[in-house]
Amino acid sequence: MSQAPNENPSCPGKKDKHEARRDFLKQSSALMALAFTPPLVVKAGEHDEAIAGLFEKMPVSLEINGKAYQLSVEPRVTLLDLLREQLNLTGTKKGCDHGQCGACTVHVNGQRINACLTLAVMQEGKKITTIEGLAQGDTLHPVQEAFIKHDGFQCGYCTPGQIMSAVACIREGHAGSPEEIREFMSGNICRCGAYDNIVAAITEVKQGGHTV
Amino acid sequence: MNQFSYVRPASQQAAIDAITRDSSARFIAGGTNLLDLMKNGVLAPEKLVDINRLPLRNITLNNNILHIGALTLNSEVAAHPLIKTHHPLLSQALLAGASQQLRNMATTGGNMMQRTRCSYFYDTTMPCNKRTPGSGCGAIGGVNRMHAIFGASDQCIAVHPSDMCIALVALDATVLVAGPKGNRRIPFGEFHRLPGNTPDQDNNLGKGELITGIEIPHSPFTNHVYYLKVRDRASYAFALVSVAAALDISNNTIRDARLAMGGVAHKPWRLHEAEKTLIGKTPTVENFRIAATVATQSARTYQHNAFKVPMAQNSIVTALQKAAAV
Repeated sequence: MSQAPNENPSCPGKKDKHEARRDFLKQSSALMALAFTPPLVVKAGEHDEAIAGLFEKMPVSLEINGKAYQLSVEPRVTLLDLLREQLNLTGTKKGCDHGQCGACTVHVNGQRINACLTLAVMQEGKKITTIEGLAQGDTLHPVQEAFIKHDGFQCGYCTPGQIMSAVACIREGHAGSPEEIREFMSGNICRCGAYDNIVAAITEVKQGGHTV
Repeated sequence: MNQFSYVRPASQQAAIDAITRDSSARFIAGGTNLLDLMKNGVLAPEKLVDINRLPLRNITLNNNILHIGALTLNSEVAAHPLIKTHHPLLSQALLAGASQQLRNMATTGGNMMQRTRCSYFYDTTMPCNKRTPGSGCGAIGGVNRMHAIFGASDQCIAVHPSDMCIALVALDATVLVAGPKGNRRIPFGEFHRLPGNTPDQDNNLGKGELITGIEIPHSPFTNHVYYLKVRDRASYAFALVSVAAALDISNNTIRDARLAMGGVAHKPWRLHEAEKTLIGKTPTVENFRIAATVATQSARTYQHNAFKVPMAQNSIVTALQKAAAV
């Protein structure tokens, strides 16, 4: 499980009808976007570091999971939509899309944020880590291992956000007690109610002294 | 989200120029509230001016005056040693608000610019004088459990949503502003407005003005402080009622006191009269109850929020008890 929990657990590793449909939608919407987007990319003005007019895309340089990307995006595209729709990094989930659920949690320059409430163009030059960038090859991150061991999920939809938030929570030094973990993980909602197991997973990693 | 143009100025003057030129332009810093409002169609600016590259992200202490740059993140302020040492009330209030993810995005200036979370303001199918002046108020006569008990008008009964601002009004902070006509300073208690007949105006910033930072004067409130937030769940929810309490106690006598409330008014609600009842008194529950009674004398309730008056009184007493450790 080097990636996020499969969106279709009954059919792991195999592209099913729904995934094929999603790929088709991605491809066709990309073509539509090409057809309707003016090719102009505006250069920075004399007094401004960067500028894009209505309907214009602008260049954005990002490092995502250790890989450099030179992208062209509309200003209104959120970091979450860039990851999912343009880069096929669908491990980061769209839950509420309003900063209320935490499913879209990613790390920007090492800090956890909600990818749904920031514009991709605002992240120019930043280093982004998503759930896809957490494992080292086939070796899971200790927090991923602990979530499996402690059954820190049921449906799995909130899990990528929970894990990204949990890693940051431990790195910040906010995993000192179950109470502190609950407070500093409160931005990640789990409607299946796996909270006790999530706290147990985080506690184990913290107490195990793992490098996270 | 509607289309908009985007500019990321490299200087403060360029940012102010960009906003001044275009009446529908908005500054964006963390974006945690603005983008939410844009997705809901509550706001539709035609231009965003991204100020994140301006050098306004710092915390310094000079001549006992603490300066916080407007772009300093809520999480950075909450965790900063100077804040925890000199103004722990501010650190407590910040940590009571939002989630760590949002605190890692939200800025000091942006927190002050938050709009109300009144559900009628957010729902574009409902009347709201704050969103659309003259359309009426859905909350008056509607579901108003979350709404104001102090300072409301017949135009608007929405409440200010910030926790940070409740601590800052208690600490007598000053807002530093730059604009097309130069720089000015606004006492924190005069920054936000009561709704009156212009509930669409949350604050007294002028056209083109940019918050550059805040200053907090030296205060004796380093030990006996407490921020109490009462909400529908244990964390990550807006306040029904919150209380910032700060006491300066020596020889079992209250030398100075600060009290402010959140979740009860259109602006951070400072309780000057209640503070006066505490000065010179001993820190006892009886004296705290007197302060709480005075604090809520001007309360006016609506159909669903009468519970906020006893909740406010009990919260004031509890916050003062926690602050005084009695």
